[in-house]
Amino acid sequence: MRAVCWHGARDVRVDTVPDPEIVNPHDAIVRVTSTAICGSDLHLYNGVIPTMRPGDILGHEFMGEVVETGPSSRTVKVGDRVVIPFTIACGACFFCREQLTSLCDNTNPNAAMAEALYGFSASGLFGYSHLYGGYAGGQAEYVRVPFADVGACPVPARLTDEQVLFLSDIFPTAYMAAENCGIRPGDTIAVWGCGPVGLLAIKSAYLLGADRVIAIDRWPARLRLAESEAKAETINYEDIDDDVVEELKQRTGGRGPDACIDAVGTEAHGTTLDALYDRVKTAVRLGTDRPVALRQAIQACRKGGTVSIPGVYGGYLDKIPFGAAFAKALTFRMGQTHVHRYMRPLLERIDAGHIDPSFVISHRRWPLSRAADAYGMFNDKREDCTKVVLDPTR
Amino acid sequence: MRQRLSSNDRMTLWAAAAVGAVAVTAGAWAVAMAARRAPRGVEKRRSDMPTLAGGRGERVERTVTVLRPPEELYRRWRDLTRLPEVMTHLESVTALDGGRTRWTVRGPGDIPLSWDAEIVADEPGRLIAWRSVEGAEVDNAGSVRFTPAPGGRGTEVKVLLSYAPPAGRLGAAVATVLGRSGDQEVREDLRRFKQRMEAHEVATGARRHAEAW
Repeated sequence: MRAVCWHGARDVRVDTVPDPEIVNPHDAIVRVTSTAICGSDLHLYNGVIPTMRPGDILGHEFMGEVVETGPSSRTVKVGDRVVIPFTIACGACFFCREQLTSLCDNTNPNAAMAEALYGFSASGLFGYSHLYGGYAGGQAEYVRVPFADVGACPVPARLTDEQVLFLSDIFPTAYMAAENCGIRPGDTIAVWGCGPVGLLAIKSAYLLGADRVIAIDRWPARLRLAESEAKAETINYEDIDDDVVEELKQRTGGRGPDACIDAVGTEAHGTTLDALYDRVKTAVRLGTDRPVALRQAIQACRKGGTVSIPGVYGGYLDKIPFGAAFAKALTFRMGQTHVHRYMRPLLERIDAGHIDPSFVISHRRWPLSRAADAYGMFNDKREDCTKVVLDPTR
Repeated sequence: MRQRLSSNDRMTLWAAAAVGAVAVTAGAWAVAMAARRAPRGVEKRRSDMPTLAGGRGERVERTVTVLRPPEELYRRWRDLTRLPEVMTHLESVTALDGGRTRWTVRGPGDIPLSWDAEIVADEPGRLIAWRSVEGAEVDNAGSVRFTPAPGGRGTEVKVLLSYAPPAGRLGAAVATVLGRSGDQEVREDLRRFKQRMEAHEVATGARRHAEAW
């Protein structure tokens, strides 16, 4: 089969590789019908996530048709049309029982590696380095799906691939980010980053009862989407005289947003002195992350407010204003998304017409064979690229 | 499916074995002296704390919490012949007459090493302890204790192992296999045990059978 393989920083290729097989008894094999490139794939593309090996298959947003099931699978059947969560969960451990499926104890075969880095290991992930289990991803014609009964979410034929594909990651991720804000009527929420997760977080914040959402970015096309599709007020941080924190204060009567969502993560761009400092430190490997958005979110958040972090961080963060966080008694909520617990309720939201996440797509049915071009375009934000959906048949 | 050692790994193992042989020779006198002070065997005061005579040998202690009842975990562990399913350095454990078992590991250069062991403590649902019998090439003892975790959150499984390889080439090989990273080995064994008992399979990122484990 053909698959999108990582070969090094800014080097992805479509290789022909052997088809996957059923390896464990709860596996299924899915023939992929649609698969997207995620913003977090760009961290791999740029080589900032360790433990990638040449030939690793990328992709953790995918859906398709079940073509084979393992001997112990019970609910998933051949022929089912399913969306697969990017986190792999066993469904049986303490964390899965608590619906904290991205923290599953039993799905990372390289848990020792994660324990050395983080003290404990979270769940395995599709196509996201050997630190997270070395599972082959879904930017391919076929993919092996462990614990398919636990993860695979059947979707009705009346909904298109584009409407339901993002149940695999970004819609639950955005929704959990908004839910983590503990939104009450009248709240104002600030969202850093108007990529697909940021855009869907704006929509989710409104679904959960936010009064106002203010979105921050620098790409005009994305800010336009945030205004026109997601109905947010926007700040282009390159166009304002004040800094973002002061601007947010002015727009909220001097109080600051009730909650702040960092939908940017580790590779934040900024125009301030601290951003330059981060670029230099990560360039010479003295630091691992560039937490510009996170710093602003902490600084801007109102007293007693919540900072919600769906953006991915990997290592040690420098110059975090923890004193501000303490002085203002902030609450922090974060982590990989517990996708399994959001898929079915959010599928109902889509089916009921409350939201159609496909508005984030800028490039539809892009041939898998040209995936390398899509990565370059998405990474450099060329052609107003916000989201590419790959077609594995082309 | 057992992972075969690469030639590079083999080189490393034999280099470690050579270093180990010197250490073992130096240690042999101390072992002999210790053996004169105390009778060989598991100390009777603490059946869950297996120690070799005179407290010699390497000791490993590891605990994992498994979300299953103690009785179920005890039953699975009590069938010692199934231990190789989670302890990948074990080639086999076979039942012998008189409740004894024969344990076989595959050392560097694929040399099989065997010893016989007997159960020295058996408390259903709570504890199993074993030790190698008199004259075993690999003098070792181990125990596993099952304790209910607080709040009904499964069972704390604590493993204790002690082992003292003999002197000489064989001993060095054993030291290499068991002692090189005994702690990490037990940690991975317990992780696989937990995966089997909770999720009924052992995780692998392999895409195909031939690449698994």
